[in-house]
Amino acid sequence: MNEKTELRIIGKPIPRHDAWEKAFGLTCYAADFSLPGMLYGKVLRSNYPSARILSVNTSRAERLKGVKAVLTAKDVPRNESVTRFGQTHVVGGGFEGLYRVLADRKVHFMGEAVALVAAEAEEIAEKALELIRVDYEPLPGIFDPIEAMKPDAPLVQEGRPNIITHYEVVKGDVKMGFSEADIIVENTYRVPFVDHAYLEPESGMAWIDEDGVITIRVSTQVIEHFRGIADVLNLPHNRVRVIGTYVGGGFGGKEDITVEAFLALLTYKTGRPVKLTYTREESILSHSKRHPYVMIYKTGAKKDGRLTALEAKLVSDAGAYVYLSPWVLLYSMVNAAGPYRIPHVKVDGYTVLTNNTFTSANRGFGAPQVCFAYESQMDELARRTGLEPEKIRMMNYLEKGEALATGQILERHVALQETTEKVIEALEERTLPSGQMRIGRGIASGMTSYGRMVFLHDTSRSHVSIEMDGSVTIRAGIQDIGGGQASSLCQITAEILGVPIEDIKIYIADTALTPFAGTTTATRQLYMSGNATLMAALEVRKVLVHKAAGMLGIDPESLDLVDREVIDKEGTGKSLPLKEVVRACASDGVPLYHVALFKAPFRNIAQFERIEGQVFPDFTFGTHGAEVAVDEETGRIQVLKLISSFDVGRAINRLSVEGQIEGGAIYGMGYSLTEEVILNQGITMTPSFSEYLLPTSMDVPDVETILIESGDGVGPFGAKGVGEPSVCSVAPAIANAVFNAIGVRIYDLPLTPEKIVKALKEKKDMG
Amino acid sequence: MKVSKTYPLKLNVNGEWKKAEVTPRETLLHVMRERLSHTEVKEGCGKGDCGACAVLLDGKPVNACLTLALQADGQRVVTLKGIGTPDKPHPLQESFIKKGAIQCGFCSAGMIVTAKGLLDKNPKPSREEIGKAISGNLCRCTGYKKIIEAIEEAALKLRRTKNDRR
Repeated sequence: MNEKTELRIIGKPIPRHDAWEKAFGLTCYAADFSLPGMLYGKVLRSNYPSARILSVNTSRAERLKGVKAVLTAKDVPRNESVTRFGQTHVVGGGFEGLYRVLADRKVHFMGEAVALVAAEAEEIAEKALELIRVDYEPLPGIFDPIEAMKPDAPLVQEGRPNIITHYEVVKGDVKMGFSEADIIVENTYRVPFVDHAYLEPESGMAWIDEDGVITIRVSTQVIEHFRGIADVLNLPHNRVRVIGTYVGGGFGGKEDITVEAFLALLTYKTGRPVKLTYTREESILSHSKRHPYVMIYKTGAKKDGRLTALEAKLVSDAGAYVYLSPWVLLYSMVNAAGPYRIPHVKVDGYTVLTNNTFTSANRGFGAPQVCFAYESQMDELARRTGLEPEKIRMMNYLEKGEALATGQILERHVALQETTEKVIEALEERTLPSGQMRIGRGIASGMTSYGRMVFLHDTSRSHVSIEMDGSVTIRAGIQDIGGGQASSLCQITAEILGVPIEDIKIYIADTALTPFAGTTTATRQLYMSGNATLMAALEVRKVLVHKAAGMLGIDPESLDLVDREVIDKEGTGKSLPLKEVVRACASDGVPLYHVALFKAPFRNIAQFERIEGQVFPDFTFGTHGAEVAVDEETGRIQVLKLISSFDVGRAINRLSVEGQIEGGAIYGMGYSLTEEVILNQGITMTPSFSEYLLPTSMDVPDVETILIESGDGVGPFGAKGVGEPSVCSVAPAIANAVFNAIGVRIYDLPLTPEKIVKALKEKKDMG
Repeated sequence: MKVSKTYPLKLNVNGEWKKAEVTPRETLLHVMRERLSHTEVKEGCGKGDCGACAVLLDGKPVNACLTLALQADGQRVVTLKGIGTPDKPHPLQESFIKKGAIQCGFCSAGMIVTAKGLLDKNPKPSREEIGKAISGNLCRCTGYKKIIEAIEEAALKLRRTKNDRR
């Protein structure tokens, strides 16, 4: 393929193959499978956020007719699990997220798993849970990370300090930076716990296959947890197989193990197939949340708007177990100063254990939190300097070739100027205020990495083969969580092999049969598996072209694959049906498949405590613009316009890219306005969707997407990732718009009517 | 374990009469999924908050999780599979695919069923009316824009087909 070849399938808004099955109700999600003789699993969870387990008595439950297994900590062969951040490379750092599969001696948060049941019917399993008697001795808990940092705070985990880690970023000398500043703004920001709220609750099914292999079919973002699951059972890794289903939404919440270890234990113990599906309440109580942060930001600028210094202190609430908290914080550290040119920077970050629900990955992975703070700061600096919000940003945006505060050079296109220009243009005329409605508009820019941190030595594999009839098969161990992950690989392969997309069949997400492609997290699949698939397809193409050249007596350079044919680009009319070439290759014993391995840049990091240099493969840059109407009486905010402009490098599938960006904008709008998992002394007060409020069709504006295609991404065909970046700067754009509307800034998300009314009243009282 | 008394239930599911023995507290959702293998009806919350389990009950969209199975006795239930098939797709299914209104797809069954209920009653809904009709159906992936566009497009196509027939 040379650069000039016109692309036929890439870049087009092609309906995804998986949408077809989904539209007719043919897709089987994890909870839709059943097997003969299947048992139903249930989990007994702690009612206390912090307590000692004095005793667990399971005898009554065990005697209940229909109960086949009751398991507690003592039944777990290795009761210690971990979300391995580097699936194939030991990362180090000393804080891999160890946690107990089942609570042993102590419970650390409300909803922690204490016992498991498998029974002939769901009702019997539920009844059995009621018959398990756990005697607890409630212990004092700690629920505020700032309190938990104090030296005399009770320890959440025995023998380990509450502060999991402290990281620093240091550039220049902030003291000097602030002495050079004419204007300094200093504020404290708070962001809440957030639930991923995928519509499909956690679910899976396990059985022992005819060869004795523990097989788990599950809704997950990471099939490669099979290794960790095998470790829990003390089995060799090759005796556990995980098959991923099409996932009913992930957003980071299915990055950690959910039901898998429980299922494996129950099926191992009973020898029977077991199905386990969480209720919505159980899901909200027990799975990870987005980290709440307290962020103290101090930003200094010259009168003309040039930034001189930024100092920040970040404290994130890790909840009761470590999970991915140190890594989420590391992302925040790299992002903390935003995409701005600032000579002097100092950031201190802490992640701290508490007896709250544990926190881990959530779409954006530490980037949206700090973006809310740094972009609110920029807006306040705009006001203080009298510059337009876009003006002060444009003056300070980093450009290609410049470095972040951590020293990472931005080697690829940085589209901040363009995306901001486009957003300002698209906001158009201001809606006129009416009655008690005040209109305001705001913008915010952000950066989010795609692909994993380089010290993880990230790899992905993909297998492409062509069958005797010219149809094409892809095997890739990716998980499809609804973002079109599988479909994009089909599109890339169709482009390279010159076949229509319907000629391609993809097999995904099976640790026994598909080559490992890593996690569907970190906005990495298009980048990693897209590149691996491109490499594999190009190899197969090379074989076909070489053979056809011989058959036609034409130079391979002048051949192209189009519409199931090998054709002469020079227009001699010479061509061969693709399947004829395939048959000739097969007859010669030429391999008609290729497994490609794509490696991201590898780099080891000397110390995480002060992270420096190239840490991410690349970033996606973009800007959000919002126009809001604020009701001064009720405090209600309505988002009238929401504009998202991103440099996506190259839109492989325009429909999917727009879908990610529109969905991300509304995900971010929920974060801005309504979403908060409220914990009171460790107890979840929002255990359903009538308390935890997601945006509905009545709340949303028509998100306008403006794509920039620089072609300068590190993904296939120059693509960048958008899954997570699309969320990053929504909340500050909306908060800045609210400020613009009513002259009051809210520093705590979500921007609830109560906060608006209170802030307006305070403003009025102050005259 | 005492076994709850069961009662006979007759349902017309997607045009076919089905029978089941159900307990009084069993929901229509449970019967559809666990007894009649209609797993295209999804459970997202079990409390009527998300709309993933929407079916048409005698033509009206209801949350199957809030409907007791015995309440539906003798009635017609239409699920996503009853609206159209790959061989005979309904315009809503075609437009959801074409417009990119389906991402993870978990809300799609309830969403398309609810939209069908709307279009049967109101062939020319405004965007506002569409938004209102699906306001009980949560979607976490799409941000709703492409869903609303897909429903608009299907409505237009249905009106055209109807006019052509005249």
